[in-house]
Amino acid sequence: MFGWIDTVIQGILLGGLYSLYATGLSVIFGIMRLVNLAHGDLIVLPAFLMLALVGVGVPIVLALAIVVPLMYAGGYVLQTVMLNRVLGRNILPPLLITFGLSIIVQNGLLEGFSADTRFLNVGPLQSASLPLGGGIAFGIMPLICLAAAVAVIVLLNAVFYRTAVGRAFRATSDDVQIAQLMGINDRSIYALTMGIALAVCAVAGFFLGARSNFDPSIGPARLLYAFEAVIIGGLGSLWGTLAGGIVVGLAQTIGAHLDPEWQILAGHVAFLIVLVIRPRGLFPRAVD
Amino acid sequence: MARKSDINRLNRRTFMKASAATGAALAAGSVFAPSVRAAQTLKLGYVSPQTGPLAPFAEADKFIISSFLETVKGGVKVGGAKLPVEVTVKDSQSNPNRAAEVAKELIVSNKIDLMLVASTPETTNPVSTQCEIEEVPCISSVAPWQPYFIGRQANPAGGPPAWKPFNYTYHFFWGLEDVIAVYTNMWQQVKTDKSVGGLFPNDGDGNAWGSKQVGFPPVLDKLGFKLTDPGRYQNLTDDFTAQIAAFKKANCDIITGVMIPPDFTTFWNQASQQGFKPKVASIGKAILFPVAVEALGKNGNNLSSEVWWTPNHPFKSSLTGQSAKQLADAYEKSSGKQWTQPIGFVHALFELAVDVAKRSGNAGDNKAMVKAIAATNLHTVVGPIAWNGKNLPPFAAKNIAKTPLVGGQWRLRNGNKYDIVITDNKTAPEIPVGGKMEPIA
Repeated sequence: MFGWIDTVIQGILLGGLYSLYATGLSVIFGIMRLVNLAHGDLIVLPAFLMLALVGVGVPIVLALAIVVPLMYAGGYVLQTVMLNRVLGRNILPPLLITFGLSIIVQNGLLEGFSADTRFLNVGPLQSASLPLGGGIAFGIMPLICLAAAVAVIVLLNAVFYRTAVGRAFRATSDDVQIAQLMGINDRSIYALTMGIALAVCAVAGFFLGARSNFDPSIGPARLLYAFEAVIIGGLGSLWGTLAGGIVVGLAQTIGAHLDPEWQILAGHVAFLIVLVIRPRGLFPRAVD
Repeated sequence: MARKSDINRLNRRTFMKASAATGAALAAGSVFAPSVRAAQTLKLGYVSPQTGPLAPFAEADKFIISSFLETVKGGVKVGGAKLPVEVTVKDSQSNPNRAAEVAKELIVSNKIDLMLVASTPETTNPVSTQCEIEEVPCISSVAPWQPYFIGRQANPAGGPPAWKPFNYTYHFFWGLEDVIAVYTNMWQQVKTDKSVGGLFPNDGDGNAWGSKQVGFPPVLDKLGFKLTDPGRYQNLTDDFTAQIAAFKKANCDIITGVMIPPDFTTFWNQASQQGFKPKVASIGKAILFPVAVEALGKNGNNLSSEVWWTPNHPFKSSLTGQSAKQLADAYEKSSGKQWTQPIGFVHALFELAVDVAKRSGNAGDNKAMVKAIAATNLHTVVGPIAWNGKNLPPFAAKNIAKTPLVGGQWRLRNGNKYDIVITDNKTAPEIPVGGKMEPIA
């Protein structure tokens, strides 16, 4: 019995991490309909930036505070000078650009940081534990990670639903042409979107780097779970993305509890089941 | 990519210098020297994973190859003539298909005399197989011999009579039986309840280590250890709760496995978060490189692993006369990084190349080269190497030479750096120990 409670708690905590991976992707996908194949690498990139800052003596929390706006600016520029030029009716050119970006980021990191496997050291927090009794204990870091995922989503929802620019985001997401008729510049909305998404990637990169090792080639492996979380949650719904992440996380820990061989498979199977029962995801917002 | 072309450029330049010098020396030394000799070179091909997930294995390649070219810039004496040496380096990009492709390129376009290949079966196997097909002599290392030898068989499950030896490809390293011996020797030094938890992934290494025929289970049974093996997990797993729960339930004092670095870090952090603290953790692959142990912060202290080469190994290079310590120091000085285990083995590959070429009498004759490889008896910086079948089953005797393996523990130095200390040498008493096994605090 305790085994199952433990499994469920750990699954939900793992889901927090997955939904952090997925939130940036969900924002980009929901508003621009752009599949960002470089998303995994854009999570690893800020992790390396933080590592570099820590290397010159910046405390880790301050490094995070520096890298988040840096990634925001990077995303804004990336969208303005590159992706906006190819966005159009054909979805293939931007897809190919993100594919190329993925290769550039990986090799750039390899050149700059070598292939060594790295870690963001958060000191004693790394192994800090919270015992619940009955032999169950869970880590403080995964708990902070889940809290961060929820906080990011609360914050983004506040922006999307309570501000004028948020209204513009939703309008662009619903119908670009009508939004343009109302005087919204879709290109600048897209640039903001990419900025926000990459700022979230920086937060995800922090938790990726503090949970496990990373090296320049590890990004693409994280992309798949992020995709699954977005699709399970439903297009355009950030709470859905959180739910999607938790579904994947839970499926994995429950699968592993039955047999470790089924761990990864169980996550994918859960994804397929959701696709069969609710092809538009659990909480779809956009109607398309 | 840039790194590869760097090495190539460096090689070509050094080679031009070397060949010009040799040409001048020949012209000055003897007017009767046949002019065709000056154009001849000893051509070596080298394949290793310089980019991609396996890249840490190849990190010292640049250093080793440039110092090798420096050492042999005066040429190597083969069959009465001094030949300039050319090394063409290719990157496998950690991809077996790419490794086979570049091997073919080296054989067909570069017309190499001898192939050298290092690091993991994903690199050694495709390259050796190409060499076997094209009948080019090949020496490989840094892959346990079972996946190298059995993995290249037409029928890996067929067993000894169906397993055939190779004619052109030779390998030196240790095997699974050595890891098992080293680990169990280390465990017997520490007082435990003899309950072992196994973390074996669903890949080539994990399946071999966990195999009920050739892996850990039969040996542990015999020595009175109880193994808890929850099952094969996939690489890059983000959660090890199920395994931790199973180990807690079985009161495991000892943890073992062959894991990739991110998975071990995830496991080890989760274990302390979830209140599981084993006394011994002997892990293959994940904690091979010091940076991977540093990534664990203070929690890396006293983790144990198999040790193939350290600066304390009492061996010397046949090429430069450097001791293991001097070689490691030279690397640390030139790179500013801590030494790693592959350095000695990659250096030994080049030692063998020169030794074999010298004894062959004609580097261009592949039959003579193979004969010279088979007759090797060389004291290298990783120990004596001879393809004499010592400590090997008869089916592997021809193509495999074993190097000594011992066990060691990572110890924290100055709060953040780690050094490996040899703690068990029952398998190779000539290698001195630096301390006793300590339980993880």
